[in-house]
Amino acid sequence: MTTTAARATGAAEGFKPWTRPEMAARLARDIPEGWCVNLGIGIPLLVSNFVKGREVIFQSENGIIGMGGLQKPEELEPWLVNAGKQNVNLVTGASIVHHADSFAMIRGGHIDLCVLGAFEVAENGDFANWTTSLTDGVPAVGGAMDLAVGAKRLWVIMDHTSKDGRAKLLEHCALPLTALKAVSRVYTNLAVLDVGPQGFEVVDMAPGLSMEALQAQTAAKLKRKAAA
Amino acid sequence: MIDKRVKSIAEAMQGIKDGSTVLFGGFGAVGHPSHLIDGLIEQGAKDLTLVGNNAGSGRVEPLVRLLATGRVRKIICSFPRSSGSVVFDEMHKAGKLELELVPQGTLAERIRAAGAGIPAFYTPTAYGTALGEGKESREINGRMYLLEYAIRGDVALVEAWQADRWGNLTFKLSGRNFNPIMATAAELTIVQAQHIVELGEIGPEATHTPGVYVNRVVHVPYGDPAPALVATA
Repeated sequence: MTTTAARATGAAEGFKPWTRPEMAARLARDIPEGWCVNLGIGIPLLVSNFVKGREVIFQSENGIIGMGGLQKPEELEPWLVNAGKQNVNLVTGASIVHHADSFAMIRGGHIDLCVLGAFEVAENGDFANWTTSLTDGVPAVGGAMDLAVGAKRLWVIMDHTSKDGRAKLLEHCALPLTALKAVSRVYTNLAVLDVGPQGFEVVDMAPGLSMEALQAQTAAKLKRKAAA
Repeated sequence: MIDKRVKSIAEAMQGIKDGSTVLFGGFGAVGHPSHLIDGLIEQGAKDLTLVGNNAGSGRVEPLVRLLATGRVRKIICSFPRSSGSVVFDEMHKAGKLELELVPQGTLAERIRAAGAGIPAFYTPTAYGTALGEGKESREINGRMYLLEYAIRGDVALVEAWQADRWGNLTFKLSGRNFNPIMATAAELTIVQAQHIVELGEIGPEATHTPGVYVNRVVHVPYGDPAPALVATA
């Protein structure tokens, strides 16, 4: 299995990768009303823009249950920040707890879904998202490891390949792990994949993409998900 | 009469010894007791171990200036790297500041446990990762866990919204963060409060931290934290 895949520009191959908002919207489609969801920093936060019409409760690990969107300048409330330290709003019905209660809620299995970005995901659900090196620079971990083991399910949203074209879906992660066997589903700009007992199972693909082309961008064996 | 109010930050910081472990509240700037950290610089205790979520950013905020004095031996935190955490980066690279990196939930629970009289606990977080290496592990009901030890402080520095003379506290919005657990986990808990209120004004159901955890309260009505930085954890 190759670990380097051709860059997925799409144009030459005759398919159209999903944009980041499309990836977030695709993921949001799979969140039912009533779930309590923790969104990581970056692309995961976009998911909150696509659940309109459903009551989904967003938790932020610094102790907010019922987080709304980013504040507009005229709404500035400097005492409200999310886990990324951005100023956010609360929704009606929101509550606030301290850090130990927030992470008790997370580890205790009370969060239905956590969505995180990742550098690498392995076919057994191992993933790496907190540092690219244990020796260069200053490492920081935040709440990723707690969220990964504690939420009822962990979905990763990320580009299918790295900026330099290397596969991010692998047989084994090479980078320092965030958690073992934690990821159950991956949403990329090319596909939606379940992490099944035998590895990655393709649930959905970007328009016009073939299974062969997707396999060429992936350093682990893919199979189609059997129809439910 | 119980009265935990003190008149100045200097009075609030009296008696902090060299070699102390100092817990501090805050998540970035929000709920961070920066005036007490400034007081710790003035007070002069050295060979300190600091415990909090972040290691500061820029060069002017008190936490960063405290690091720059060279009086901090070690910092225990979950997210030392933030936009502009230059002083931490420089000192850590130069070997002048030891780092114990702890997942945020494990950090919170280690502090909570100390305040609750629990010396250690098992957690699934970080099992099988670099941050779990060398730690005692155990299988319980088919799942692997790491043994993590409580972190007790000699001193806790806390920022509250309201305080009364008994030391009953409230916290404003996400200014709560680590403050209530830090308050429970140290021998000497010092609070800077935006508002000093009459006993009874907070009310029994609205009290976030009962005064039994608090030793000293100083009035620091500094206003709002700076609008948040963008995109760090």
